[in-house]
Amino acid sequence: MDDLIAEFLTETAESLEVVDSELVKFEANPNERKTLDNIFRLVHTIKGTCGFLGLSRLEAVAHAGETLLGRFRDGKLEVTPDAVTLVLHSIDRIKVILAALEATGNEPDGDDHDLISQLEAMAEGHAVDLNAVHKVEVPDRPIGGDIEPAELNIPAVSTAAAAEAAATGLQAGDVDPATGRTLRIGEVSEAELEAAFAAADGPDQENSLKPGDVDPATGRTLRPGEVSEADLEAAFAAAEAPDWMDEAPADVKPEPAAEKAPEPVKAAAPAPRPEAAPAAPAGQSPMGDDPQGIATTQSIRVSVDVLEGLMTLVSEMVLTRNQLLQISRNREDSAFATPLQRLSTLTGELQDSVMKTRMQPIGAAWKKLPRLVRDLSYELNKKIDLVMEGEGTELDRQVLELIRDPLTHMVRNSADHGLEPTEERVQLGKPANGTIKLAAFHEGGYIVIRISDNGRGLNTGRIREKIIEKGLASRGEVDGMSDQQIHRFIFAPGFSTAAKVTNLSGRGVGMDVVRTNIEQIGGQIDLTSAPGQGTTFTIKIPLTLAIVSALIVGAGGQKFAVPQTSVLELVRTGAAAEHRIEKINDSLVLRLREKLLPLVQLGPTLQLEAATDEDATFVMVIQVGERRYGLVVADVLDTEEIVVKPLATILRDVDVFSGATILGDGSVVLILDPNALSERAGNMLEEKQAEDGEDAVEAGDSAKVAMLLFKAGGGAPKAVELEHITRLEHVEVEKIERMDGRAALQYRGKLMPILGLNGTQDILSEGIQPLLVFTGEGYAMGLAVDEIVDVVEDRLQIELSADRPGVRGTAVVSGRACEILDVDYYHLQGLAEHQRRPGASSERAVA
Amino acid sequence: MSLRDYVTLRVGGQLFGVDAARVHDVFHPRGLTPVPLSRSEIAGVLNLRGRIVTAVCARRRLGLPPREDGAPEPLAIGLEVQGDSYGLVIDSVDEVLKLDDEKFHAPPGNLPPRWSDIIVGVYQLEKELLIVLDPHTLLDNSHLKAA
Repeated sequence: MDDLIAEFLTETAESLEVVDSELVKFEANPNERKTLDNIFRLVHTIKGTCGFLGLSRLEAVAHAGETLLGRFRDGKLEVTPDAVTLVLHSIDRIKVILAALEATGNEPDGDDHDLISQLEAMAEGHAVDLNAVHKVEVPDRPIGGDIEPAELNIPAVSTAAAAEAAATGLQAGDVDPATGRTLRIGEVSEAELEAAFAAADGPDQENSLKPGDVDPATGRTLRPGEVSEADLEAAFAAAEAPDWMDEAPADVKPEPAAEKAPEPVKAAAPAPRPEAAPAAPAGQSPMGDDPQGIATTQSIRVSVDVLEGLMTLVSEMVLTRNQLLQISRNREDSAFATPLQRLSTLTGELQDSVMKTRMQPIGAAWKKLPRLVRDLSYELNKKIDLVMEGEGTELDRQVLELIRDPLTHMVRNSADHGLEPTEERVQLGKPANGTIKLAAFHEGGYIVIRISDNGRGLNTGRIREKIIEKGLASRGEVDGMSDQQIHRFIFAPGFSTAAKVTNLSGRGVGMDVVRTNIEQIGGQIDLTSAPGQGTTFTIKIPLTLAIVSALIVGAGGQKFAVPQTSVLELVRTGAAAEHRIEKINDSLVLRLREKLLPLVQLGPTLQLEAATDEDATFVMVIQVGERRYGLVVADVLDTEEIVVKPLATILRDVDVFSGATILGDGSVVLILDPNALSERAGNMLEEKQAEDGEDAVEAGDSAKVAMLLFKAGGGAPKAVELEHITRLEHVEVEKIERMDGRAALQYRGKLMPILGLNGTQDILSEGIQPLLVFTGEGYAMGLAVDEIVDVVEDRLQIELSADRPGVRGTAVVSGRACEILDVDYYHLQGLAEHQRRPGASSERAVA
Repeated sequence: MSLRDYVTLRVGGQLFGVDAARVHDVFHPRGLTPVPLSRSEIAGVLNLRGRIVTAVCARRRLGLPPREDGAPEPLAIGLEVQGDSYGLVIDSVDEVLKLDDEKFHAPPGNLPPRWSDIIVGVYQLEKELLIVLDPHTLLDNSHLKAA
C-alpha cells in the first residue's frame, strides 16, 4: 500500500473515533461551540486529505457531512437527533470505505448518493428520511490497526526537532515530511483546503515553499491572512496555535507574506497569539493551553513492533543485571561493585522509561463507548447518560487491548439489563435519565475500573433460582449465602447469558467470559448490587504484564515464583508460631482472625517427593476471584521482579504453572498459577475479604446462638446449639447397660439408647460418663461425650462443609475451630435404636 | 543424487539421525529445573544463554530403559518446534553425515506405535541402520498424548 494512504488511514481512524464521541457530546449539548468546532475541523481535514489523495468517494461523503455541520455551526440549522444520526451515518460510511481502502489499497466502488442526498436535504432544511440511507456494517477492528501507533512523549530538546515532532504529532491531516505530502500545498487550489494544511503543516512548509520565501514560523503566523473563511481559521488557530508557538524561534517576525490572502482576518481570537509567541521563552510549554486537549503533546509515532522489541530487550537486560548483581554479591572485594550499582540503577530507570512508552490512557479503550451508548439508547428507547472519570489513567497498551472488549460488553450489559426503561424509572421516582458511570484510578500497582449504573440492580431471587436450576449449588447452600455471594454467580461458567440478571435476553459473551478475560491478565472482578439502586462492577488489573513482582518460595526442595499480586499476606506457622495449622479430617485449615482458611500444601499438591508436613513454615494467603485460600510452603526466599516467559507447548497441559522465568542466579523457576492451584486442590470455600462489608451485614443478620462446646470422639472440639439439648447428665459408667454392641441407660423409668460419636466404643469404660440428652417425639437418646467444655454465645457461621455424617460442618466458635454436630443425624440413629427394640414404640419417654 | 545432512546421535545404543538443518546447537543439559506434574518424558526446563529451553528425555520418549549409573554426562540437541525451544536429551552425538536421498526407506511396518509415529524413515548404513527422527512429532503435544 502507498505509504501516504497508510498514514492517512491511521490518522483518519483516530480522527473518526474522536468525531464519534464528540458528536455524542455535541448532541447532548448543542450550544457547546468548541465541540462543534472540533468536529468540523476533523471532518474538514479528512475531506481535504481525501481530495488531495484523489479519494473522490470519501471526499464526497465528507464534503456533504461537512456542509451539514457548517449549517449547525452557522446556527442556521437546529441540532436534532435525526441530524446527528445522519452525520453518524456518514461517519460510518467513511469507516466502511476506509476499511475497504485498507484491505485493497483502492477506494471501493459504490454509490453514496442515498446518504449524500439526505445530508444535502438536511442541510437545506428539508425533511429527511433516515430510512433512505442504507445502513452499513462498520468493521469492528479499528481501521489502520496494523499500523497502530503508540504515542511517545518526548521532552522538548531542540527547536528543530521539537517543531518536527509537533508537526508529526498533530491530528489527522499531517504526514511525515518524507512522504512527500508537503507537495499538496502547492497542488491544491481550494483556499479552504489550503488553510487546513497550512494549519497543520507549518514546519513542513520550509520544504515545500521556495527556500527563503517563508520561514517555518511565519508560515504559521500568516495563516490568518491567507484564509478566506475567518470563522474556520478561528477554529484552527484556537486548536493548534500553541503547538508551534512555543517552538517558534524568538527572533521570527510575523511577516505578512499574504499575497494570496483575499480577505482580512476578522476573528480577534487568533490574532494576539502570533504576537504572543515570540515573547514566550523557548522550551516553556503551555501544553495545557489548548481547550480541546488535541494534538498538544509533543509526540512522535513509533511502531508498536519497535516498542515491543525495546521492551523485550530491556527485560533481557534486567535479567542480565540481576545475574551480575548476584555474582557481585558473592565476591566482596569486587571492583565491579560501584559501576555495577550504577548500571543497576540505570537499568531500572531505563526499564521504567520503556514501560512508560507503552502506557496509554485508558480513555483510548473508552473512545467507542459514547457512540455505543447513544446507539443503545435509541435502540432500547432508554435515556442514558454516560459519565466517564479518570480517562487519563494510564496503563500498558497490551493490557488496554485486552480489556477493551470486556469493558464494551459490560457497558452494553448495564444499558441493556441494568437500567430500567425511562417510563419505569419515572414511575419509580428516579431521574428519567439512567446513568452509566465509568471511573478509573490507580491503586497500588493496579488500575481499578468501576462500571456502575443506577438501574434496578440484580434480581437476587432469580439468580438464586437459576443457581439451583443449573445445579451450581444446592438449595441449602444457596440459602446460607449472602446476597453478594449469590450475585457472584453471574460470573460462573454455564450461567447462561439468557438467564442473566434480568429476563431480557443476553447478547454476545457472558460474564464468565468477561471474568476469564480479566483473570487471564492477572486481574480480578467483583460486583456489588443493591435492588433499585444499581450495580457496580469493580475490575482490578495490573499495570503491566511483561514484568511482575513475585515471591520466590521453596517447597519440596524446589523453588517456585508466586505473583505478588495474588498474595494478600504471609503468615508464619509452625509449632512455635502464633498461628497453628489444624487438621479437620485430613484437610488442613488455618485459624486466622476468627476465620477459617482452607489450606493447600504446595509440595504434596505438586507431588514433590521431598515434601512433608513438617516443612510447612509459611502460609501465603491467596485471593483468587472470590476464593481465598492459604498456600503452605516450606520457605519464602526472596521477592524478585521477574520477566514472565510462556512455557513450551509441550508443557501447556500442566495448568498449575503460568510460565517460567530466569532468576538472578541464572536458574529457571516455574511461576505458579494461583487460580489453577486452588482448583486442583479441590473445592474451596467461597470466602471474601471482610473489607467489602459483608461481615458487618452478616453480623447483623445472624443473631448469636448459645452453643455447647464439648469434646468427643477425638479430633477437633465439637459444638451443638444448646436448644437441641434437653438435658446434660453425668452418669456412672456402671449404670450403662451394654448388649451386643449397643448401649442403653435406665433413665427416668425408660430405657434410653446411648450413642457415641463413632459408635459405642466412645463410651467411657469407667468413672462418670457425661451425656447429652436429646429428646424427640416419643423417645429420648443420650450422646456420650468425653468432656463438656463450655457454653458460649456466638454467631454460628458454618464455613467448611462436612464430609462425614453426623457433622454439619466446621465453624469458628469463640475463637476455636469446632465441628458442628448434626443433631438430626443422631435423632435418626436414636430412633432406629428404639425401633430395633421390641415394644419400644409403646414406651413414652419422659422429656 | 541429492544429499542431505544429518546429525547422528545415540540413544540406548541405537543410532538416530536428525536433519542437521533443524539442529540449532548441542549442549550439556545442566541446571535442570524439574517440572512437577508434567509427563515423564519432560526432563525439566533450563536456561540456555538467556532462553528457557524445555528438555525432553529421548530415552523416556522412546520407551527405552533409563541410563545406567556411571554413564558419561548426557548431551542435548537444541531444536525449535512451533516457536518453542527444546532440548532433546540423548546419550551422545556422533557426527554429521551426508546421506543420499535414494538410500532412504520408509519405516518398516512392524514398529511399535511409540516409534512409528516419530520416525521419518531409515537409512541403511554399512554397519547399521540409521533411524531418522522427526523433531516435530517427537516434541508435539498431541503426539505425546497418543504415545
